[in-house]
Amino acid sequence: MSKLAALMLLSLPVFAQVDFSGEWAPLYHENGPERLPGPELGDYTELPINDAARLRADSWDADRISVVEQYQCRPHGSDYALRGLGNMRVSRDIDPATQRLMAFHTHMLAWDSDRTIYMDGRAHPPEYANHTWQGFSTAVWEGNMLTVTTTHLKENYLRRNGVPRSDQATATEHWMRHGDYLTVVTVIDDPVFLTEPLVRSDNWYLDPGQHIGVFGCEHAPELPKPEGVVPHHLPGTNPYLREVSEWYGLPYEATRGGAETLYPEYRLKLNGYKAPPKCDRYCTCTTLFDCQLR
Amino acid sequence: MKLLTFAILLCGSAWAQEVQVFPVQGNVSMLVGPGGNVTVQTGKEGIVVVDTQTAAAAPQVMAAIRKLSDTPIIWVINTSLDADHISGNEALLRLGGSTEASLRARVIAHENVLNRLVASGSGQARVSDAASINDTYFKSPKDFLFNGEPVMIYHMPAAHTDGDSIVLFRRSDVISSGDIFTPDRYPVIDLPNGGSVQGLIDALNRILEMAVAGKYQEGGTFVIPGHGRLCDEADVVEFRDMVTIIRDRVQDMIKKGMTLDQVKAAKPSRDYDTQYRGTPDVFVEAIYKSLSARKP
Repeated sequence: MSKLAALMLLSLPVFAQVDFSGEWAPLYHENGPERLPGPELGDYTELPINDAARLRADSWDADRISVVEQYQCRPHGSDYALRGLGNMRVSRDIDPATQRLMAFHTHMLAWDSDRTIYMDGRAHPPEYANHTWQGFSTAVWEGNMLTVTTTHLKENYLRRNGVPRSDQATATEHWMRHGDYLTVVTVIDDPVFLTEPLVRSDNWYLDPGQHIGVFGCEHAPELPKPEGVVPHHLPGTNPYLREVSEWYGLPYEATRGGAETLYPEYRLKLNGYKAPPKCDRYCTCTTLFDCQLR
Repeated sequence: MKLLTFAILLCGSAWAQEVQVFPVQGNVSMLVGPGGNVTVQTGKEGIVVVDTQTAAAAPQVMAAIRKLSDTPIIWVINTSLDADHISGNEALLRLGGSTEASLRARVIAHENVLNRLVASGSGQARVSDAASINDTYFKSPKDFLFNGEPVMIYHMPAAHTDGDSIVLFRRSDVISSGDIFTPDRYPVIDLPNGGSVQGLIDALNRILEMAVAGKYQEGGTFVIPGHGRLCDEADVVEFRDMVTIIRDRVQDMIKKGMTLDQVKAAKPSRDYDTQYRGTPDVFVEAIYKSLSARKP
């Protein structure tokens, strides 16, 4: 009997281990309008950005994607990939000799993005190594929560309306499974563009019938321009920055982002602000099919 | 005397750091040291070295090269006249060149590099650096086949200087860009040595033309910058965009009649200053002067 107990104990993992393997379908009840139709130009709400990031975003011109072909097939960074078109397949590598978990692999619908999350204790590459869209990820268990650290990300965006995220950023993800639901809380530290960490969460439900097709992408010039043109707005000339404020009845200053605007105390600074009586833009945006403009 | 000792100690500590070897792809590796990057191609025929850092760094650079190959250095290519790219030529060849006459290393740069090095008009002539170059080219591209690989040297006129070269290792699919591309810092537009902002942008666009990205804009052609981490086409795009956008802003300010001091005060690079090392004012001033000097 005691031998059996010893064997049972041996078969238990050294650390708490949750299996995240499976087909996961995204839930968009958080930040639906930003994640499905896409963010409005000039919407920097909820982002603790600095002045540099704000001006970069103000200068961003969506024509850049049409004119600079190299932008057309760029995937989301792995920190943003969880936000949108986030149908995800997770698999894992088990070392057959030791039965130890060596890595998780994620495959996202958008841009067929593949990422490996190493669990074998390896170090991150040196700082002079190349960066990738998915970055280099390692993880450790904290109880039943998997904490993933990603470095070596290529420059990308915090929000796909031009708000930048630098290649010096580190993303820390906390993966938590509750039955058939998965929550990932992502904390982004970016010494270049953030004054404090950006925290956001995304959710999925287990969908064994999900089939992720091939994404595919081929770049081609969409607007004829002379070679080397980089569309952008000169400082102070972007005409679209107030749209989000006007459409949603938000104070313009609040749409400009920054750490201060994230906290409840900021409401005290908005004396006299009255929320619009009813929502009339992207009011029921929780799936790809029910996002209505007006 | 104490100051001198301190300075020597400082210099010594900088080069006490080991030069790291980072294989890129094919036959090409990147050597990373405190003074910048060295590109190395190795094979049965010998070694090609692009940029040699300084004489003080030569033992560390050579030790790193010897981790890759025991063969002699046959080609040295200098991408510009900057001391941190050229001043290690002689010392490195003493350590890693062949004593056989038939295997004597060829040290090549664009002819403007040699012209500038020997000219007394543009600062102190660097005679020993000039003497370390035994071959120049003026028709671009200059090419040769080495270790079974076409090595293409392209002149990038009036960019960082007027003697810049970039080197394409065609089979390995690696570009060595020299200081035309420095992803972690503002580029130096060396106006006294023939550099210009438009030439720099043209050179960056030329690199983008030559580079072919892998699936979803990642990998494919790798680019070894003069300083900073290993990159690919997408990283060059970010850098090119930065230079182009700041150029456009300064150009707009010049059109409005703003003086150099007014342009500097307006801080046209302020949204890039947290990302790129260097002195923004120096970069902006070089752009301003470069654009102001252009003929309409």
